[in-house]
Amino acid sequence: MKATLWQRFNQIVCNLVPLFLILGLAVVSVLPMRLPYYADVAPMLTVIGVGYWSIVRPDLMRPSFAFGCGVFEDLLTGTSLGFNALVLLCIHAMVASQRRFFLGKSFLVWWWAFALVALVAVLLKWFLFAVIVDAIIPLDRVLFSYVITVLIYPLWGRLFASLEVALVREG
Amino acid sequence: MKPTASQMFRIGIFRSLLHRFTFLTLVVVAFGLMLLGKADTLLVDRVRSSVGDTLAPLLDVLSRPAANIAAWVESARSLVATRTENVRLREENKRLLQWQAVARRLEVENQALRHLLKVVPEPSGAFVSARVVAVTEGPFVRTALLNAGHEDGVRKGQAVLTGDGLVGRVDRVGDRSASILLLTDINSRIPVSIVPSRNRALLVSNKGRLQLVYVMGDGPIAPGDRVVTAEDASAFPPDLPVGVVGRMEDSLIEVQPFVQPASLEYVRLVDYGLKGILPDPPERGDLR
Repeated sequence: MKATLWQRFNQIVCNLVPLFLILGLAVVSVLPMRLPYYADVAPMLTVIGVGYWSIVRPDLMRPSFAFGCGVFEDLLTGTSLGFNALVLLCIHAMVASQRRFFLGKSFLVWWWAFALVALVAVLLKWFLFAVIVDAIIPLDRVLFSYVITVLIYPLWGRLFASLEVALVREG
Repeated sequence: MKPTASQMFRIGIFRSLLHRFTFLTLVVVAFGLMLLGKADTLLVDRVRSSVGDTLAPLLDVLSRPAANIAAWVESARSLVATRTENVRLREENKRLLQWQAVARRLEVENQALRHLLKVVPEPSGAFVSARVVAVTEGPFVRTALLNAGHEDGVRKGQAVLTGDGLVGRVDRVGDRSASILLLTDINSRIPVSIVPSRNRALLVSNKGRLQLVYVMGDGPIAPGDRVVTAEDASAFPPDLPVGVVGRMEDSLIEVQPFVQPASLEYVRLVDYGLKGILPDPPERGDLR
């Protein structure tokens, strides 16, 4: 049976949802929260997004998408171009390579695995920053952000899971 | 025709190789972009400015609910602390009234002396007010995006102020947006003067805290001394308030800024007509 034009358009839109969702997260992460000490604990939202979608739907979260989201975040936030692109790409590679292990496992296992992946991501960011800018940031400042990122992962995970169910229904 | 098992196996290997090749290519491209960012900052800044110009209207709309929520939180907090705040303000008011009398007397005296010495008045700067639509406040970078750009008279290097003091300087200018480098960013370097000793120093951000380095002058520095901008290198006009000297330990002198970047909503960009130590070539202008 041949798909109609509308069905094909619908399919393309569904395939691009994770990409636009992570681009949206990059935009949300720069909105001024005007909360005291927020700078010290600001979570890495794009890391959550790429981490989640690379496990659940690697077909919709390709390496090029992770890379593109990283470049967009770099342009938006003012970090060195390629900095977040490399980090998100590495997250995608780490998660996608272990996808078989995650399939069928409980959300707690995913959470634990994300905590490990996010730790590697944050250490990679710290290392890259030290090399690019030639300045060492105290690890405790970076780790605050890491802890918050891991803690809020289930909230975003729940949201993404509902979205994924909707995508499966549509697809 | 259905593919055979060996064909399926070959397709699997091909896909795996393609996947790895894509990953490696993108890693190389990422490193290439990092090098490009170091080699051709003008090109990268132009692209960043274009992204800022495109997203500034969207960020402007999206940031308003966040500003409202922050205002409600602030109202609730101030409501809780009304009584204590009232007592503090009454005491402060008494003290300020005394200072007002002193200031008026000094103003009259100052005017008389200026008239007597025929002092040429300092030029007053032109300013543009803008709204902060995005803030990047992480351990790696601390910048903010404004909803005003070249079309509104914003220029690279301008001082960015609030009513309380200096926030940073304009780092990049697009047509309708501008990026400011906050004082707390690791790349920020501001020439300052400590009052009353008039020692000169450089204000830098280290481990997320502001501190003074390369202090020049023999005058004593004590906690509570005011830190203001210095006219060194023509980067900033003198005497813009920055903060006060805080903790002092051995050679470490910390500065508490008057403005907390987290609370930024509206800022003033002041143009004193200073060109800075490294002016842009005339044909380059402000990244246009």
